[in-house]
Amino acid sequence: MPFPVLRFPAAPLLAALLLLPLPALATLGGDASTPQADQLHMKAALRVSQRARYAVHEIALPYGTTAREYVSPQGVVFAVAWEGPVKPDLRQLLGAYYELYVQAPPNTRGAHNAAVIVLPELVVHSMGHLRAFSGRAYLRSQMPDGVSVGELK
Amino acid sequence: MTAPYLNRSARLAVGAVCALLFVLLLAACGGDGGSASTSSTTLQNVQLITVDAGPANNDSNVGFISVTVCAPGTGNCQTIDHIAVDTGSSGLRLIASVLSPSLGLTQQTGASGQPLVECTQFADGFVWGPVKLADLTIAGEQAKSLPIQVIGDPAFPNVPGDCSSSGPNEDSISVFGANGIIGVGPFQPDCGTVCANFVVPGAYYLCPASGCSNTTVAVTSQVQNPVGLFAIDNNGVVILMNSVAAAGQNTVNGSLIFGIGTQTNNGLGNARVLPVATDTGYLTTIYNNTAYPHSFVDSGSSAFFLPSGILLACPSQYSPYLCPPSTVTLAATLQGGGGGSSAFTFDVANAQSLFTSAPNAAAYSGLGAENNDAQSFDFGLPFFYGRTVYTAIENKSTPGGIGPYVAF
Repeated sequence: MPFPVLRFPAAPLLAALLLLPLPALATLGGDASTPQADQLHMKAALRVSQRARYAVHEIALPYGTTAREYVSPQGVVFAVAWEGPVKPDLRQLLGAYYELYVQAPPNTRGAHNAAVIVLPELVVHSMGHLRAFSGRAYLRSQMPDGVSVGELK
Repeated sequence: MTAPYLNRSARLAVGAVCALLFVLLLAACGGDGGSASTSSTTLQNVQLITVDAGPANNDSNVGFISVTVCAPGTGNCQTIDHIAVDTGSSGLRLIASVLSPSLGLTQQTGASGQPLVECTQFADGFVWGPVKLADLTIAGEQAKSLPIQVIGDPAFPNVPGDCSSSGPNEDSISVFGANGIIGVGPFQPDCGTVCANFVVPGAYYLCPASGCSNTTVAVTSQVQNPVGLFAIDNNGVVILMNSVAAAGQNTVNGSLIFGIGTQTNNGLGNARVLPVATDTGYLTTIYNNTAYPHSFVDSGSSAFFLPSGILLACPSQYSPYLCPPSTVTLAATLQGGGGGSSAFTFDVANAQSLFTSAPNAAAYSGLGAENNDAQSFDFGLPFFYGRTVYTAIENKSTPGGIGPYVAF
């Protein structure tokens, strides 16, 4: 061990680090490293597949929900999508955009099966009922050329 | 125990009370506005549904009933109106602010006596609050010690982070658009085996004074579809709604009838039985020779939700609704598991025209909206107008087979 003198100070240092606020794990709009952060946060399995215009990082949660993060050639997560019996952690998936989403006024006239939030940059679609949810969120300015919203599912 | 002895005058008094109750029941149930010719004499299974703008005056195509809840085993009861009828979920959920502080419902607890509290997810957000036991009465039906949810209870003010991460908080009447919701869908417990087998974030919690932690919950301790716990008429529901004029109406009535094939007023008749997927409740829509396997029939949805691209979307201020230039009649077939299918047509009108020409209406028969799930048609309350729709509960026997299924 090259620096044995650090062995004992390391323990309180580690404890102090754990007490610090977690770094912002912004995903939507974040870089390609954030799917790994989300995978760790959600204790899930991660699978990466390459499509023509982007990469898809798919996070499979143990209780059956799947979250997908769409990464542009520039390395930006430009969209996320989800499907399953329970919604995934949307604060984690939407990152810095989560507060914009939850503060937008509801527009589905008292029904709870759908929400469509359309903001200048952020669009969120959420659908479904108990035991079967799906949705997606994307950043308009970050969508790669030639990618349609319908692909994000 | 032997039957209690009654002298002649007591028997006469009981007879008179029974006759009076019979007349009162007929009077109470006769005005339900159902359009079918139900020639029933046993109408204790019928509850009036009314579509109106709701307690916050912001709803369209939401059907409401009244329910009576009592502290278990007591006569301490309260009747609450404007409870939304939802065949897309299971369980009764009441907004805490409409409950009398003296009602005294019983807190549901975990094995070690800690309060059980739930985060219930909807597509548009979540509600948070304790699971409590209540004796429920609707029309002449009763469910004893029914696990229900009390939404926004000030006794549990701190929403856990993994619950508040599931979207907007809907713990108020103005946001929720109702005093409560009654899930009478095809499933008996709300979350089911997923919450019994996994510690699911944003679902059930044990909340001692020190704070809340995620927990698994046995299916029988979860919030339950009340219909399945009724003593009779407990295999499902029939929703029978009157027709709605194309221009929209300020209100429309219908009937929530308990049981399928259990009384003279809830037979299946010629309805086609469509078994739904036992995990998701999904059916398959066939439209234009394409299959949409994430489809469902849901009284808690406010419109016909169609995949994008079939009809023109409205300008963004009317998003997510559909604005075809003129009313369009679409033909579709719904298929269930095992081969059952039913073909039908439905009309979708220009939503902007509907909203601007009838701004005070609460019932719009031709309201369509965009569905972000490209594999899904969601047939909401407009589908129910002028129809009789049956929803059978999982594992329950009916004359049309064992649930879960939808029939119409």
